[in-house]
Amino acid sequence: MALEREKHIAERALLTMTETQLLDLYRRMVLIRRFEDKVAEMYSRGKITGFCHLYAGEEAVAVGAISALYDKDYVVSTYREHGHCLAKGSSPRAVMAELFGKATGLSRGHGGSMHLFDGELRFMGGYAIVGGGLPLAAGLGLAVRYKEEPEVVCCFFGDGALPQGAFHEALNMASLWKLPVVFICENNFYGMGTLVQNAICQEELYKFAEPYKMPGVRVDGMDVLAVHAATLEAAARAREGEGPSLIEATTYRFRGHSMSDPAEYRSKREERIWQERDPIKHLRRKLIQDGRANDARLAAIENEVAAVIDDAVKFAEESPEPALDTLGKYVYIDADGAE
Amino acid sequence: MAQITYREALNQALREELDRDERVFIMGEEVGYFGGAFKVTDGLLAVYGEKRVRDTPIAELTIVGAGVGAAMGGLKPIVELMTINFGLLAMDQIINHAAKIHYMFGGRAKVPLVIRAPQGAGHQLGAQHSQSLEAYFLHCPGLLVAIPATPADAKGLLKSCIRQDNPVIFLEHESLYGVKGDVPEGEYLTPLGKANVLREGKDITIVSYSKCVYDAVAAAEALENEGVDAEVIDLRTLNPLDTATVVESVRKTGKAMVVYEGWRTGGAGAEIAAQIYEAAFDHLDAPVERVATLDTPIPYNARLEKAALPGAADIVKVAERMV
Repeated sequence: MALEREKHIAERALLTMTETQLLDLYRRMVLIRRFEDKVAEMYSRGKITGFCHLYAGEEAVAVGAISALYDKDYVVSTYREHGHCLAKGSSPRAVMAELFGKATGLSRGHGGSMHLFDGELRFMGGYAIVGGGLPLAAGLGLAVRYKEEPEVVCCFFGDGALPQGAFHEALNMASLWKLPVVFICENNFYGMGTLVQNAICQEELYKFAEPYKMPGVRVDGMDVLAVHAATLEAAARAREGEGPSLIEATTYRFRGHSMSDPAEYRSKREERIWQERDPIKHLRRKLIQDGRANDARLAAIENEVAAVIDDAVKFAEESPEPALDTLGKYVYIDADGAE
Repeated sequence: MAQITYREALNQALREELDRDERVFIMGEEVGYFGGAFKVTDGLLAVYGEKRVRDTPIAELTIVGAGVGAAMGGLKPIVELMTINFGLLAMDQIINHAAKIHYMFGGRAKVPLVIRAPQGAGHQLGAQHSQSLEAYFLHCPGLLVAIPATPADAKGLLKSCIRQDNPVIFLEHESLYGVKGDVPEGEYLTPLGKANVLREGKDITIVSYSKCVYDAVAAAEALENEGVDAEVIDLRTLNPLDTATVVESVRKTGKAMVVYEGWRTGGAGAEIAAQIYEAAFDHLDAPVERVATLDTPIPYNARLEKAALPGAADIVKVAERMV
C-alpha cells in the first residue's frame, strides 16, 4: 500500500531534518493559513473582490512539495495558488497587494487572486482554466531538457483536472519525452461541489500514473513530511533524467470552493473529521512530542507571522491603484522589447 | 531574385532562423520524419536533429501548451498545427494562455511563440478540413496574425515573427504552397503591420490577403480591360493591421471592397470595412463591399465548393456594380 510506505518515509524525514528545516516548514504553513484567514476577512470587507479560492487546509501539500525543491526549480499552479506562491517565497506584501488589485502587486493589479506570477522565483503562474497548467509544465520541462539544465518543474492541479484532456495529453507527452516534471494532484475530494467519485471513474487518482508509465503514489496531504518525502523522490528521479511522476496528495479545503461558496454539499461531520487532521496542528504536535521544538518557539513563529501579515495588509492598503494608462499596456511587446 | 515556391520560401526562413538562434526549434505533428504534412519542414530533421525538429503525438492542446511553456522557459518555439481546423482543439492554450500571459501577469512574463498553420479551401477536403479562421484570432487581443500571400512575404514575415516576442498565429493557405514567386537573395525581413500596394489604381480599392490576393489581381487586370482602374492592397498581417495604407487608398479612390476567404459574416472584412468607415466615411462614394465565402460549411462537391468561395469573377461583378 503506497500510503504505508510514504508514512514510513515521512517518519524518516522527521528524523533526518534539522530543526531549522522543520521550523521553516511550520513557519511557511502558518504563514499561508494566516494569510488566507486575513484574505477571507479582507474579502468580506470588500477590499478583495472577484473570484478568490482559499488554500486553508491544504498547506501541507504546497509547503511539503516546494520545500523539497531547489530555488531554481519551477512551479506551475492553478487559481488556488496563494499557498504555492507564498511557499515558493514570494513576498506576502506583493501577493496581498495583487489581491487588492494594486500597482505594487505581483502582476501589477492586472492579474488578481487567480493570476499571480513571480518569474524571479520561478513561480510560473496561476492559471484559471482547469488543467491549463499541465501542458505549460510539460513545455517548461522541455525547455529545461533542451537547455540541458538541472531544474525540475513542479505542477500543481486539483482532482478536478483529471478528467480534462489536458491532463492525459500532458502526462503522455511528459512520459514519452522523459520530461523533468513532478505532477502533484491535490485531491481535496471535490471539484467545486462534485465528489470525485461522481466525476472520475478511477477514484484512486495516483493509478492514472500506470498507463502513462510513470511512478504514481498517494500520500497523506495533511502530513507535510509525507508530501516532502514523496516530492524529494520524484524530483530526484526527474533530475536524473528518468522522467515525470504523479503524486496524489489527499487533502481537504477548510473553506468552500471560493469565497462565494458556503460548501453546503459537505456534511458538518465530514468537515469536523478533517479539521481534526489539520496539517498545522499535526506538525505542531509532532514537533513537540518528538522534542524538536517547544511551545514557546512555535508561538514565537506564529507571532512573527502575524506581524508579517499585518504588514502585508498595511502595504496593500497604502499602495496606489494602477494608473489608468496601464490599461492598454502589456498587451503586446514592441519590436524593441518595450511594452 | 530567385523564383521559388511559397513552400520553399517558408523552408528557407525556418533554416535561416534555426541557424541563427539556438533557442529556435520546431515541433508539431509529422514535422520530422514525414517532413511536414505539406512538406514545409522537409529535410530539416536530417540537418538539425530530433532536438530541434520534434515530432509530437496528436495532441494539439498540449502541443501548443508545451510551446507556451517552452517559450516561458526561454526558448523560441515554432509550433506547426497540421491545419488550422485541428488548431481548434488548442484554442484554450491559444486564447486563454498564449494571448493572456503577458497581460495578466502585468508584463512580467512573455510568450515568444510562433504557431504556423495551413488553412483554406479548394481541394474538396470537406467541411472539417477547409476553413479559414483568421477572424477568430484577429478578435483576440494579445495575438499577432500574419497571413502572407507571396513566397517573398511568407519568408520575410515568418522570419520577423520568429524574431519578436509576442505570440503569433501564422496562417498559410494550402493552395499557395506550390505557387512560385520572386524571393530576394540573402537576408531580409518583412515588417509586421506594413501592407503592400500590389497595383496602383484610382477608381476602386480592393483590400485582400492570403490566396484571395491573386484573385484580386486577376480581377483588377480584367477590370482594366473595361476601363476600371483598381488599386490592390495585400494586408500581409491582420494584427497589426495597416489601416493607414488602406485609408490613404480609399481617400483617393472613394470606393473599397474587401476580399477574403473567411466566412462573410463576422469575418476580417467586417473589421476592415468598419475601420474604413470610421476613418474615411466622407471620402466614400459607395458602401464598402465584402466578397467572401458564403455562410455555409464548405461542401465536398467541386462545383458547390467553387460556388461557395470568392473568386476573380465575383470581384469583377461587384466592382462593376460599384463604379
